[in-house]
Amino acid sequence: MQIVVCIKQVLDPEMPYSAFRIDPDGKRAIPPQGTPPVISPYDENALEAALRVKDVHEAKVIALSLGSRLARPVLNKPLAAGIDELVLIEDPVAADLDSFASASILAAAISKLGGADVVFTGRQAADWDAGIAGCAIAEELKMPCITVARKVSVQNGMVQVERLLSDGSEVVEAPLPCVITVDSELGELRQIKMQGLISAKKKPVSAWKLSDLKLESPPPPRCELLELYIPERKRVCEIITGENPEDAAIKLANRLFE
Amino acid sequence: MSKNIVILILGEFVKGTLSNITREMLGGGRESADNVNGRLALMLLGDNLELAAKEAIAYGADDVYLAENPELVTYQADTYLQIIEKAVKDVEPEILLTGQTSIGRDLAPRLAFRLGTGLCMDCVRLDIEPISRIVRMTRPVYGCKALAVMICKTKPQMASIRPGTMKSGEQDRSRKGQLHALAADIDISQIRVKVTAKVDEQMDSVSLDNAKVVVCGGRGMGSADSFSMLEDLARLLGGAVGASRPPCDAGWIPSTRQIGLTGKIVSPNLYIAVAVSGSSQHMAGCAESRTIVAINKDPEANIFATAHYGVVGDYREILPPFIRHTSEILQGKGGSTCY
Repeated sequence: MQIVVCIKQVLDPEMPYSAFRIDPDGKRAIPPQGTPPVISPYDENALEAALRVKDVHEAKVIALSLGSRLARPVLNKPLAAGIDELVLIEDPVAADLDSFASASILAAAISKLGGADVVFTGRQAADWDAGIAGCAIAEELKMPCITVARKVSVQNGMVQVERLLSDGSEVVEAPLPCVITVDSELGELRQIKMQGLISAKKKPVSAWKLSDLKLESPPPPRCELLELYIPERKRVCEIITGENPEDAAIKLANRLFE
Repeated sequence: MSKNIVILILGEFVKGTLSNITREMLGGGRESADNVNGRLALMLLGDNLELAAKEAIAYGADDVYLAENPELVTYQADTYLQIIEKAVKDVEPEILLTGQTSIGRDLAPRLAFRLGTGLCMDCVRLDIEPISRIVRMTRPVYGCKALAVMICKTKPQMASIRPGTMKSGEQDRSRKGQLHALAADIDISQIRVKVTAKVDEQMDSVSLDNAKVVVCGGRGMGSADSFSMLEDLARLLGGAVGASRPPCDAGWIPSTRQIGLTGKIVSPNLYIAVAVSGSSQHMAGCAESRTIVAINKDPEANIFATAHYGVVGDYREILPPFIRHTSEILQGKGGSTCY
């Protein structure tokens, strides 16, 4: 079985508001000094989903990442965690792709890898939070897509997935190959052990350009970004005080409900 | 011939009536359609939809497109996509909206792909230019640290709408509208994913997604037991209980209740954050709430930077009198919180 996990490098979403800056003309976030990028958190959940399948089945797991400038130390983490191979598509044009264009490039890369029985992605990336790419990869590859998974098991050419709904959950089944987008409820990426760090150094890493995928230029964007800005947070919190906690509580209730 | 449908909404319903987000999109869509002199349409898939269709007209729809088939009662992407793709190509709306719900998130990207059009997910605001009918779509990005304004370069211009960001209109039973039947034949060979079981959670309480009031507990709650106080307050306000990440990690509350970047994103009218520090990852899940109240014993807590009202103190001393006094006020007002 071959499993491909699509992972995206993003600015650390846990960085404080005060460190977040935008270049309004370039309509881009500016990477903060001293805060290295990370793998988008849901993509780490996707890596864990793949490793759990590998725990019980004979499987080769390939992590695939697309970006304009990819940080090797960040992307080596999947190898140390147990992924078999890393493929990077690094190309300056990747800086301004929309989700559909990224998906079409990732799908082309998956085809070049000989296809996949299961493709995992995070349910959405922590930078643009769109949640489009996984579904679009499935459409490109004409595979079924199961979104927001919290439990995945593969058996006899079928995949069984527990997925989250707004009012509960459901269990679905689909034949392989298929694309699965993973939620944080599936569980965090396993701890990295010393042994993993050592074996990561010997694992294959390939770096491709768009031209290696026989793509001269990425598909044109379907949406245009007009503006990117940090909303003003001039909200001044009205601190409600009282002679004692009870008095403050009563004043708060009056302020809210009277 | 153009049907002059400016906005087509993909509707959802809960137990036979239109869901809150569907009513909200009808309210927001009605206003926009009037501004550009176009028609507002709703599409529903299911069975025995006449009552829901009449409700849609009462809430502002001019046209309701119905696909009725017992197989459509439960959402399934492969079946819904075949019917909706065909119908949208026929109706030719300028703008196509879904809710940012589990169905919308699952359906909209694939529908956009098949229609060859662009899509902005999780929009909090739409502005339609009256002549060109181009929509400026505003959506939070980078975990709500920034807002992006985008346009679709293709038609229909697609967006999913965050619940709570548009306002439902009043129901008007005298409004007139047209019903249209859609072909509801399903090509079974296209169905690849099968639903084998469904588990409903939170049956006896308000779901976080639709709650008008959310009471949220943070790390400072200290224990699973302490959440019962939040349950009391939520019940009193007709709201739902949520939590930031630490209580979920600690197992004090199920992780389905987590609010934040890696949990649910909510925008209720009233958000009461109790013993929540307000990390950026948490604020991404609630910053769009209309009124935010923070109760925290640390006056330097980040939550006070976003909250509208704050009380500095120990929630154990503040919540009991707060619940008591709120209950008295609400009794005097017949129970309505006005949120």
